[in-house]
Amino acid sequence: METSKAIKLKVNGKQLELLAAPNSTLLEILRNNGHVEVKCGCEKGDCGACAVILDGEAVDSCLTLAWIADGSEVQTVKGIGTEATPHPLQTAFIEEGSVQCGYCIPGIIVAAKVLLDENPDPTDSDIRVALSGNLCRCTGYTRIFSAIHKAAQVMREGAQKNG
Amino acid sequence: MLPRFELYQPTTLPEALGMLSETGGNVRPFAGGTNLIPDLRGGREQARKFVSLAGLDDLRFTRFANGRVEIGSLTTVSDLHRSHEVLRNAPALHASATAFAGHMVRCTATIAGNICYGSPSADLLPPLLSLDANVTLASAAGLRILPLSRFNLGYKQTALKPGEMMTQISWPQPARGTVQLFYKLGLRKGDAISVISAAVSLTLKQMVCTHARIALGSVAATVVRAERAEALLLGRELTEKLIGEAAELAADASAPIDDLRASKEYRLHTARVLVRRLLRQAAEGPGEAGSTRRSTEG
Ligand SMILES: Cc1cc2nc3c(=O)[nH]c(=O)nc-3n(C[C@H](O)[C@H](O)[C@H](O)COP(=O)(O)OP(=O)(O)OC[C@H]3O[C@@H](n4cnc5c(N)ncnc54)[C@H](O)[C@@H]3O)c2cc1C
Ligand code: FES
Ligand code: FES
Repeated sequence: METSKAIKLKVNGKQLELLAAPNSTLLEILRNNGHVEVKCGCEKGDCGACAVILDGEAVDSCLTLAWIADGSEVQTVKGIGTEATPHPLQTAFIEEGSVQCGYCIPGIIVAAKVLLDENPDPTDSDIRVALSGNLCRCTGYTRIFSAIHKAAQVMREGAQKNG
Repeated sequence: MLPRFELYQPTTLPEALGMLSETGGNVRPFAGGTNLIPDLRGGREQARKFVSLAGLDDLRFTRFANGRVEIGSLTTVSDLHRSHEVLRNAPALHASATAFAGHMVRCTATIAGNICYGSPSADLLPPLLSLDANVTLASAAGLRILPLSRFNLGYKQTALKPGEMMTQISWPQPARGTVQLFYKLGLRKGDAISVISAAVSLTLKQMVCTHARIALGSVAATVVRAERAEALLLGRELTEKLIGEAAELAADASAPIDDLRASKEYRLHTARVLVRRLLRQAAEGPGEAGSTRRSTEG
């Protein structure tokens, strides 16, 4: 059996070298190295709590082998915005009261960020397709949708001002 | 934790084919891993040596040229969903990619993984069968091309030989005016495995059917073509009566099972309903995008 090797990952802008076995998932090595903002729910691709942005695409880190991610760039919810400089999505989730227990939110912010990067003015139906891999046991989704619409509007207005 | 296994990471196709043949066939291709990882975790996958295909970037493409469509085996479901050309030229395939799993799984799952896993509920299979797709299989010994209809041999049984992998899926561009439709019936609208699915590809000249393909998913051990229903339609005018008869024959092509998602009787009933609905829709013309998405209506 092959043993562990060091893999290179750029996580939230910071270059890391992490030890990973062939059967390590990206979720495991992120959490084992302090990135506990990436949540572990089902480990089957059903819930989306473990979603991260891998080279621009939202993926479930529980279904991604660490070795296959070697050399990639990873963005977690913490890389999208911080408490001091939140992303408009994070601000809108707070203002709209979109968070209850919070477990699903890191994955939902990731899926919504990728959506807004591609589509600055999504319809409800676009949001449904983008969040089709995220489960929330608490909120009933209504306020998650209103927050995404609000963030999209804030970002469009920001783009107009700057442009 | 996943069980321990070995993972080879080739960067070229010849290198990958060499690795697949070397170890006497007990090494398997690993594409998106969206079937393999849950199966390894759940003890349903016994292989312990894998060749990762992730480094073979050349196998991720969609080409529309010279009357043929060619899709590389590593093309993801989300690549299909995002492609305007797929939407325009293969609307039923596009609809199946949209109704597939959830967003994150779509970004990782590959077209060949969907075909090679050999599940009768594979969403991309009914549209691909209805397009008369061929699959290209490569090994260190060379290439062979097989009609998709001869690839899925039984439940999780395929024509893949040890040392082989799929490199491409291709089909002739359908005649102008061919209506391509897909419908997935799931227990809910998002991220659900199909209870039953159907794809239809019909060419009509003044309402007379000159080409017909009907494929059904989740109604037998493999995705099936309703060949008797297709033969009945050929050369006939697509009347309501003919549609009803074809729907009956299509249900005869299925041998569904009871499982946690639906009963045998419900699947037989919905096979009839779905085929009737899609044929009626074909008779009305291509409509807006020429395709239907899933719905939970029976
Ligand atoms: C949460 C969840 C939801 C899902 N929902 C759906 C759904 O709605 N519809 C649906 O159809 N599927 C669904 N799936 C199943 C899965 O995502 C698909 O079957 C997917 O297309 C598999 O592709 P992959 O690249 O991930 O395959 P892998 O898991 O990498 O491989 C699957 C099988 O194919 C073989 N294989 C892969 N590539 C090749 C190749 N090029 N040549 C030869 N053999 C190959 C592998 O050896 C393995 O046996 C779902 C899965 C999950 C986890
Ligand atoms: S933990 Fe990865 S999808 Fe649930
Ligand atoms: S807020 Fe609790 S799961 Fe979504």
